[in-house]
Amino acid sequence: MADADVLVALLYQLADDELVIGHRDSEWLGLAPHIEEDIAFGSIAQDEVGHAIIFLRMLEELGEGNADDLAFLRPAADRRNAVLVERPNGAGTYLENPQFDWGYTIARRLVYDLFDGVRLEVLTRSSHQPLAQVAAKIRREERYHLLHHVTWFKRLAQGSDESRRRLEEGIAKVWTDVGGLFTLGAVATSPIFPATTQDLLDGWMGELKPIFAAEGIAWPSAPLMRPPLGLDGRRGQHTPELGALLEAMGEVCRAVPGASW
Amino acid sequence: MVTEAAVWAALTDVKDPEIPPVSVVDMGMVSRVVVDGDQVNIDMTPTFVGCPALEIIRRDVAARVAVEPGVGGVAVRFVFDPPWTSERITPQGRERLKTFGIAPPMPESAGGLINLAEVPPCPFCSSHDTHMENLFGPTACRAIYYCDACRQPFEAMKTV
Ligand SMILES: [Zn+2]
Repeated sequence: MADADVLVALLYQLADDELVIGHRDSEWLGLAPHIEEDIAFGSIAQDEVGHAIIFLRMLEELGEGNADDLAFLRPAADRRNAVLVERPNGAGTYLENPQFDWGYTIARRLVYDLFDGVRLEVLTRSSHQPLAQVAAKIRREERYHLLHHVTWFKRLAQGSDESRRRLEEGIAKVWTDVGGLFTLGAVATSPIFPATTQDLLDGWMGELKPIFAAEGIAWPSAPLMRPPLGLDGRRGQHTPELGALLEAMGEVCRAVPGASW
Repeated sequence: MVTEAAVWAALTDVKDPEIPPVSVVDMGMVSRVVVDGDQVNIDMTPTFVGCPALEIIRRDVAARVAVEPGVGGVAVRFVFDPPWTSERITPQGRERLKTFGIAPPMPESAGGLINLAEVPPCPFCSSHDTHMENLFGPTACRAIYYCDACRQPFEAMKTV
């Protein structure tokens, strides 16, 4: 595969992971456990969506189309985010009877942040200089997310019997999708992306296992590279929940074409 | 013809939209000014990648420099090389942050790690008897602290 195609495929994965998890983060606004956490998740959401914007603009410069259109109007089948990040925060919706799951959210956030950190480190070694430079900058911001989510992970693990049980249930639920983070879809290991699935997985396990061990949480098993539902987000296979998310996210854009914000 | 020095001087008039006493030069956001005839090209480096004020800053910079004598056109570009770090804030910028009730960023710890045990002194009373309330604040670049000496909440620029 040509370098240019690898770059485009990679940018879609980066943009879509960050945009979708950023949207899920934003859905906690007003519903998080306390007001400081509303602020934290609002801020983290803003960071992630900001990172997505940079990757979408790079796609725009490569002739893939307008960045806003790519964000808001692209159909689910063209999205390349991992299925893990599109899962709802819990039962209900933001507007209707949200019964969101904080244990799941923290488990997902921790595994995603560590994966993102490993991937960003790979990107700083990319032969595509603009991408390597942006990755170096984003890495410095992501340290705050990781610190926050590690703190929460420990707090839930050490809190009460209930908080620990809910965290462990969250981990079990995350584990059914976690392998989907590491599949590379149309991204070939190359100077643009100098790592394999196994490299990503090894780097991620190297960071996560000690965190689990420190809290006495059993390591579930090696993540399944072929998710049980057979959905590989990196190849455009998604749950109906992504469709619902895109419906909500693109509502204003479709209602008022050409609006600026 | 406009000089680079005149452009830099003009840029000190452009304030951070979220921190009015501090200019974009104080913040270390201007990485390069190149004058080519009557055309001025300015490279700026975002404090945070997702900072929603970037387009406002771009507009304000272009508008201010455009009215300098001898300027025909202005192009403002955001670049990530070198990346913005909180070390780029000038000594004057650090002082001005304090006048706005924001503690300047702490120096980076060894290995680029964030050390939560280190707290900034209070921008109001200079006491070191402060503690962190929230790693995240009203903007991406700020965290929230509380001063146990003068009993006031305050913000601090994050170390990035
Ligand atoms: Zn004080």
